[in-house]
Amino acid sequence: MRKLLLPALAAAALLLPQTAAKAAKEEVVLGLSQDRVAITATFDGSEILVFGAVKRETPIPVDDPLEVVVTVSGPAPAVMVRRKEKKLGIWVNADSVLVDSAPAFYAVATSAPFDQVLTDTEDLRHRISIERAIRSVGAAMHIRGAQDFADAVVRIREKNGLYSLRENTVAVDEQTLFRTAIRMPANLTEGTYATRIFLTRGGEVVSSYETAIDVRKVGLEKFLYALSREQPFIYGLMSLAIAIAAGWGASAAFSLIRNR
Amino acid sequence: MQIYLPIAEVSVNAFLLLGLGGLVGILSGMFGVGGGFLMTPLLFFIGIPPAVAVATEANQIVASSFSGVLAHFRRRTVDIKMGLVLQAGGLIGAALGVVVFNYLKALGQVDLLVKLCYVVFLGVVGGLMFIESLNAIRKTRKAGGTTPPTRRQRGWVHALPFKMRFRTSGLYISVIPPVLVGVCVGILAAIMGVGGGFIMVPAMIYILGMPTKVVVGTSLFQIILVTGFTTMLHATTNYTVDIVLAVLLLVGGVIGAQIGTRIGVYLKAEQLRILLALMVIAVCVKLGLDLLLQPAELFSLGAMGGH
Repeated sequence: MRKLLLPALAAAALLLPQTAAKAAKEEVVLGLSQDRVAITATFDGSEILVFGAVKRETPIPVDDPLEVVVTVSGPAPAVMVRRKEKKLGIWVNADSVLVDSAPAFYAVATSAPFDQVLTDTEDLRHRISIERAIRSVGAAMHIRGAQDFADAVVRIREKNGLYSLRENTVAVDEQTLFRTAIRMPANLTEGTYATRIFLTRGGEVVSSYETAIDVRKVGLEKFLYALSREQPFIYGLMSLAIAIAAGWGASAAFSLIRNR
Repeated sequence: MQIYLPIAEVSVNAFLLLGLGGLVGILSGMFGVGGGFLMTPLLFFIGIPPAVAVATEANQIVASSFSGVLAHFRRRTVDIKMGLVLQAGGLIGAALGVVVFNYLKALGQVDLLVKLCYVVFLGVVGGLMFIESLNAIRKTRKAGGTTPPTRRQRGWVHALPFKMRFRTSGLYISVIPPVLVGVCVGILAAIMGVGGGFIMVPAMIYILGMPTKVVVGTSLFQIILVTGFTTMLHATTNYTVDIVLAVLLLVGGVIGAQIGTRIGVYLKAEQLRILLALMVIAVCVKLGLDLLLQPAELFSLGAMGGH
């Protein structure tokens, strides 16, 4: 199915009438295998296929090869980072830094090693690399090594599979077709996941495209979550009722087995 | 089989949770402890956010304690009157404990104090119980297998006013010590996020002088109300009770509790106590090492304002 879809899409892209052509010399025409992720009770991560084609009126430039960068970024709330220090012989939380915005999930996929596809200036401008996707302006000046705190966010989340840089995972054919698969782990949070595609030549971004993947709980998961926030008292009573019923049920079942 | 937990927002193996629930349930039925002091650290370990683990654990303890207490009711080993007196103290204590907890939270060191509480109380309780039961076993051996009739000590506990007769326990004592024990356990339960059985059980044996067989059932009976109260508190203020996680844990837990109660019948009281003591000491040592040794990751992430 996917194999069939790709060439068809590419052909469609190349044959499109020249309406919005003047905006950029090369443009992204994007496809997603799914633009929403449903978190069900048995949700165990998801793999999203990002594929597309490059639309252009002029012949393929010959100077630098076309490279593609794909980023998927989750919702970015503020994160409190704490550092432990040894005090009176035991390890306790001492300094803390509020990192203003750190995406709950961040994946970068590139078609070549990162420093080849993107210059540092362009990275700074578009906030593409993992380190740049995290924003920490409010770090108190009196805390030494504030950068360590931002690094810790990256390190801990990389370990949990939430942040990843996947070099050489975008396949580019004939400088026109590209595709990659972004693996999303099971511990996703709800929200809108911004998906960006950058086309680069010689490290410069020549075109970019942005879309969103919607990650939502559905069915029972959604019902329980909503109930716990909107009717916490009923939710609490329900939890207790289930607990009492289960306790009684097990006791009754066991005494039946025993008396038989 | 992976299950996505709606409140915890993580995906975990359902059979792992059933197994953990079952294991802790067996211990709960055997010793009359809620098992929270074991389960909560285990849940942290498999990646459940601490706030959710503590709240959901309270709900699960309600189920396993209820299952366990029914078995004890059938064997008439629950001192209902004593349980109610302890509960009255327990609710006062829990309310006080929440005030203390919020005060510590404002100071920003609540994690540390909870851990220190664990280490100190588990260490003292476990150590005392271990020594006492070892002595008891040694005495039994010397006496050639027959238990010598132990005379209950008549100390300060019996000199207080407001005496009440607790028929099931065979006691005629003042209500002041049980209420005070209830208050203390309630405070600790609220701060440490556990049912408090591991403190309640030794307190009943050593301070109130209740017979061991009655202690377990009565402790379970008392735990139900305290943890039920805690569950409601967490559900309505922090929204951290994960019902799916609770169901998985309690299905394993209630079955485990039934098995545990039956195993408990075949063990001698001293053996029961020495096993519980060893377990308490093991958890204490583990938590103590966490505080003393340099952690592999010095940094920790938390939500805005939370801990």
